[in-house]
Amino acid sequence: MSSETPTKTVTVALILCVVFSFLVSTTAVVLKDKISYNQEIDLKKNILLAAGLIEKGSVSAKQVEEAFKKVEPIVVDLESGEKTSLSPEDVNIKTDVKFSDKSTAIEPSNDVAGLGRRPKNATVYLVKEEGALQGVILPIVSKGLWSTMYGFLALAPDTKTVKGFGYYEQGETPGLGGEVDNPSWKNQWVGKEIFNTEWEPVFKLKKGSVSSSDEGKEHMVDGLSGATITSEGVTTSIQYWLSQNGFGPFLTKIRNGEY
Amino acid sequence: MKVKELLFNPIIKNNPIALQILGICSALAVTVQLKNVFIMCGAVTLVTAFSSFSVSLIRNYIPNSIRIIVQMTVIASMVIIADQFMKAYLFESEKAMAVYVGLIITNCIVMGRTEGFAMKNGPIASFLDGIGNGLGYSFVLLIVGFFRELLGSGTILGIEVFTLTKNGGWYPANGLMLLPPSAFFIIGFIIWVIRTYDKSQLEEH
Repeated sequence: MSSETPTKTVTVALILCVVFSFLVSTTAVVLKDKISYNQEIDLKKNILLAAGLIEKGSVSAKQVEEAFKKVEPIVVDLESGEKTSLSPEDVNIKTDVKFSDKSTAIEPSNDVAGLGRRPKNATVYLVKEEGALQGVILPIVSKGLWSTMYGFLALAPDTKTVKGFGYYEQGETPGLGGEVDNPSWKNQWVGKEIFNTEWEPVFKLKKGSVSSSDEGKEHMVDGLSGATITSEGVTTSIQYWLSQNGFGPFLTKIRNGEY
Repeated sequence: MKVKELLFNPIIKNNPIALQILGICSALAVTVQLKNVFIMCGAVTLVTAFSSFSVSLIRNYIPNSIRIIVQMTVIASMVIIADQFMKAYLFESEKAMAVYVGLIITNCIVMGRTEGFAMKNGPIASFLDGIGNGLGYSFVLLIVGFFRELLGSGTILGIEVFTLTKNGGWYPANGLMLLPPSAFFIIGFIIWVIRTYDKSQLEEH
């Protein structure tokens, strides 16, 4: 072993740090474009999956790009429901709630989903075919038992009928709350109605399974067994995001044919 | 030491998992699917080899009092670089493995080899030792991954071998194999087989 003096120890440590930070940052910079492209494709893929525009499985980046041509991302102001001049890169559903200029506190009496804050602007996706609106995809943030879950809800142009739903990020208990990822459960959502005739978001996860004799079964899917808190989080967040405090004003404009 | 010994001794004779009982954590965590096992093994082997190589290059300059933290810095840098490459070229798999790629930093095999071998040997020998230990780790993980995927999901590398009952076949999936503790049983069997074959590995009582 080499002789040791404090100066030598510090010098070696410093040189080492500089050399290795150089290596790490060079790699990061060189690969940055490739990685952010992958992340972009991944996000697009999740949006398309929620909307049922592609099937789960190995889909190439090209197919994703092709299918995404039908989808137009716009940033809307949640308060007014109007389209803003911001681009999707300017907003981030995950981090905007941490900034007081980009988000607002939710009134405790309105905060049914326990989210605390909501962003001022959010990216929504319009599915268009030859100019005609085919559907709209909304981002959904839910508080589960362990984690904040991020997903997408795809609605038909009537803003009432579900075309697809899915979380792309969640950290719930595998086998219990983690069953939010179960494809057959997610399939139950398709064709359900979020709103009642008064346009109140009454959709919910029923405790137990939905039977054909249930009243209002068009507004319900099965609850997740063994995951009361996760199920509750899904129900309350859907009700929150589709209420007048969430995407309500935007959805009204959709119904009025403004998009 | 000969190249052959450096490369192949760690597979049966001095296996990092079976004899040294290192790196058990990731052997449980990533072995549900064989595809992830391949990627993880590749990453661990390369990280071990390059970390050992780098540490060995500077071994005469590393002050003894900070040698562990120096090794840690080298290993952590290598793991971040490996993770970046995976994000760029194997995005889906990297996502599926989530935190476990980052946790290669804490894999005892990597640190065990830099501290136990690279600090005393030349860079080429250390590099080969790293590859060898990576192969030993891969050998055990591939066996574990093979049985867990076959018995747990009825597939090998995603190709259906046993048709599951839920898809109308005859094979009822073994739920235990999908859970991490099942790897303990399989590793236990591997250790038993190796020690029956090589009596010198038996511990004295």
